[in-house]
Amino acid sequence: MPDTPAPKLSWPAETKYISHSTHRIDAPPKLKGEARYASDIQAEGWLYGMILRSKWPAAKITAVNLEPALKIPGIKAAILVKEGERVVHFYGEEIAAVAGATKSACLDALKAIEVTAEPLGFAVRENDAKKDDSPHVWADAPNVGTPKSTEKGQVDQAFGECDAVVEGFFTTQVAIHHPMETHGNSASWTDDGLTCWASTQGITSVRDGLAGPLKLDHSKVRVITDYMGGGFGAKFGPGPHGLLAARLSREAKAPVRLMLTRFDQALAVGNRPSSFQKIKLGAKSDGTLHAYDLDNYGTSGLGTGGTSAGGGSGIDFPAPYIYRIPNTRVKHTSVATNAGPSSAFRAPGNPTASFGMESIMDELAVKLGMDPVELRIKNDPSEIRQKEYKLGAERFGWKDKYKKPGSSPGVVKTGIGCAGSTWGGGGSNKTQAEVQINPDGSVEVRMGVQDVGTGTRTVLAVIAAEVFGLTPEQITVRVGDTHFPPGPGSGGSTTCASVSPTLFATCTDALAQLQTQAGVTDAKGDNWTAACKKLGVNPLVVQGKFAQGLSSRGTGGVQFAEVEVDTETGLVTVKKIAGVHDCGLIVNKITTESQIYGGMIMGMGYALYEERVMDWQSGVVLNPNFETYKLTGLSDIPEFDLVLLNMPERGVIGIGEPAIIPTASAIANAVANAIGARVNSLPITPAKVLAALGKVPPSTATAS
Amino acid sequence: MNDPDSKKAGFFSRRSFLKSIGTTAVAGAAVQAQAVADELEKVNAEKTIGPGAVPVTLTVNGKQLKLQLEPRVTLLDALRNYSSLTGSKEGCDRGTCGACTVMINDVPVYSCMKLAIEVQGQEITTIEGLAQDGKLTAVQQAFMDRDALMCGYCTPGFVMSVTALLKKNFRPTADDVRHACVGNICRCGTYPRIMEAAFQAAGVPVPTSKTEVIRYA
Repeated sequence: MPDTPAPKLSWPAETKYISHSTHRIDAPPKLKGEARYASDIQAEGWLYGMILRSKWPAAKITAVNLEPALKIPGIKAAILVKEGERVVHFYGEEIAAVAGATKSACLDALKAIEVTAEPLGFAVRENDAKKDDSPHVWADAPNVGTPKSTEKGQVDQAFGECDAVVEGFFTTQVAIHHPMETHGNSASWTDDGLTCWASTQGITSVRDGLAGPLKLDHSKVRVITDYMGGGFGAKFGPGPHGLLAARLSREAKAPVRLMLTRFDQALAVGNRPSSFQKIKLGAKSDGTLHAYDLDNYGTSGLGTGGTSAGGGSGIDFPAPYIYRIPNTRVKHTSVATNAGPSSAFRAPGNPTASFGMESIMDELAVKLGMDPVELRIKNDPSEIRQKEYKLGAERFGWKDKYKKPGSSPGVVKTGIGCAGSTWGGGGSNKTQAEVQINPDGSVEVRMGVQDVGTGTRTVLAVIAAEVFGLTPEQITVRVGDTHFPPGPGSGGSTTCASVSPTLFATCTDALAQLQTQAGVTDAKGDNWTAACKKLGVNPLVVQGKFAQGLSSRGTGGVQFAEVEVDTETGLVTVKKIAGVHDCGLIVNKITTESQIYGGMIMGMGYALYEERVMDWQSGVVLNPNFETYKLTGLSDIPEFDLVLLNMPERGVIGIGEPAIIPTASAIANAVANAIGARVNSLPITPAKVLAALGKVPPSTATAS
Repeated sequence: MNDPDSKKAGFFSRRSFLKSIGTTAVAGAAVQAQAVADELEKVNAEKTIGPGAVPVTLTVNGKQLKLQLEPRVTLLDALRNYSSLTGSKEGCDRGTCGACTVMINDVPVYSCMKLAIEVQGQEITTIEGLAQDGKLTAVQQAFMDRDALMCGYCTPGFVMSVTALLKKNFRPTADDVRHACVGNICRCGTYPRIMEAAFQAAGVPVPTSKTEVIRYA
């Protein structure tokens, strides 16, 4: 979009709300149980929707009989995902859907549907799918995709020039997003069009994703997301469940609420791809990195994609991660398996990349006899991160705490580790906003963005309040509706950096217009009510666009972890996580801190607890629930020390994703430092710790 | 509990125990499987109802809710889908996430693990029943002050768990809070804030996590 010439804006130096802490403006409705999430919508005459999923990891579906389902009392509609013969490619793939008056009726109806299928061969583990004689996930394509290779410099020659070379093999698990609110939506299809209350990170992507396949004009589809219970990258677009809810509503002539079960959530709506990273790293005797070779493969489920450059849901990731190395060779190979598709998951690719790179960096530090922090500072091209390492190491007491790996005495050993993160972020110049100033002085902000729990509503209130000299409570923020001017999808840590400059520019313009119309030189603060009164009958409505120069791309952070490892049980306990994160211009301090905590806590899960387990013999997901898919709990929480590096001159940047990236790597390095042996596979379970210590044989369950 | 025996402190009859299966309070208790089966048979023999909808009256937040429910309908389903009390959230529907936590006679309970029909006559408190005249309770206010909520979907459950804790323990330790919330999961990562909020609500010194804003120069 061509930017209209406008006076260059800059963030105010003295602020009352920006960079201070404002409590979430939507906290009261959330705390009182009044906030209506997508799963709470009770449209007039609504029905339940439910999905029948494949119980086969691969099968040819030859016939589906919906008639018995339609005979169940209370069932109003039953539909097929696809007509005719078809092949399903993973356990949990959608086959049919029903709508009915009660949950019980729908459960009964799903049981009644008759599916005739011919089971096919399948492979759910990467190493099985790679075998020459493996059944093909897709009949006409090999499971192993064409590798994506890049090379810079003279790698083979460069390794010969190195004084120290280390090699390692690192694996990471498939992890599942598991937002507390499952995927789903309520859809109401009437003659006027389709209204969809979706639990989504991108209302616009849901609207467009529904309109296309359902052959509706964009103008006939409205998507509303007042409140939603977390997404972490998995909730973009309508998904099969969105389309099915809409079709069921059309068929049943009633609104249909279709929310996935927790079971469904583990099967079919996204995950973080696995990785099997063979890494070789060489350096000069002074620690200068010189050569790097990565051969990685992994699975993103049934897709064979993998050329996402780390930005999407593919198996590839940025490599070499962070560090400056003149000679590098990188090979990524995507392996299709009969498993649910991956999707973007908080900082896609980056925690995975970080684990391999930061692990091998520590191996190199040990080989060179260098301090791991010094080695990083020496090779990190980012001045900001170099400073963060120095600052963080001092606060953390790194120099006093760092001991030779395995030298901690006793049964319960302590260790420390560190790692860095890098992320893009930045704002989207497509963002627009609308501000309405009413004659009574009340203010309404409207943006087609959604608050996914990050505090976007509050950020908007803070910015409008700052410009108008009001309090955030005086601003009514309306988001989550495609009837409002378009906002960004909540992904890539770009939301704050998109909406903040946009609203700042719009409010600045609105204030100028108000002052002109009211004939006053300063309408802010105490003068506000009198100035607004002069508007007369009609409110002042001002629309605005993203303004350049108020945000920037590129961010980094570093984290330090301290752990205790019980060498008899193998249990890892995280004692402390310290983080120093580049926060650019902090818009709202308290919610920024919460984002960083959240990233670190989710990173702990990636490090120690979370893993989707599939049974290679039956092809099913074995842990589609919270009993056996373990998440970090309150009892696991360590001491935190957080530094928000405030750089207002950079403008607004993102923080949601950078915060999760280095946590698992720092913990893994701390474990290796504690026990003097490396667990080269996430999650670091007690069994793997004991295996690394040579106390039990290594498990072959996931790596055969 | 209606069973007079169960009112004696620390005493649970087998029958009241069976009635309370699903409460977090009894998790981990060991009972002979045969004895459970025998008791269940006796309890079930008292009256056979269903499978169709039957009248069920629930006492929720001090008000009577008269509903027609199949006996298999859970308390969570009854609250969320047969009335407009959607504050209790469904995160798993199998007693693992705690988003649906309500109080029954001041005891925190997973409402997805209770059938509506079995909690008739008991005092059920949901998240909607805490704030009086729109004013947040000390626990709710502390959650707001400490930013102990993000997406907010797990929040009603945590608020109920912490509220129930503070009803019986005015000066909780960190371990008490951990124990009280062991059945609740938050995916956004609000745990350190929830700990702070629990302490603030109890009026005990808050061990705030260290955070600092440092100007980069």
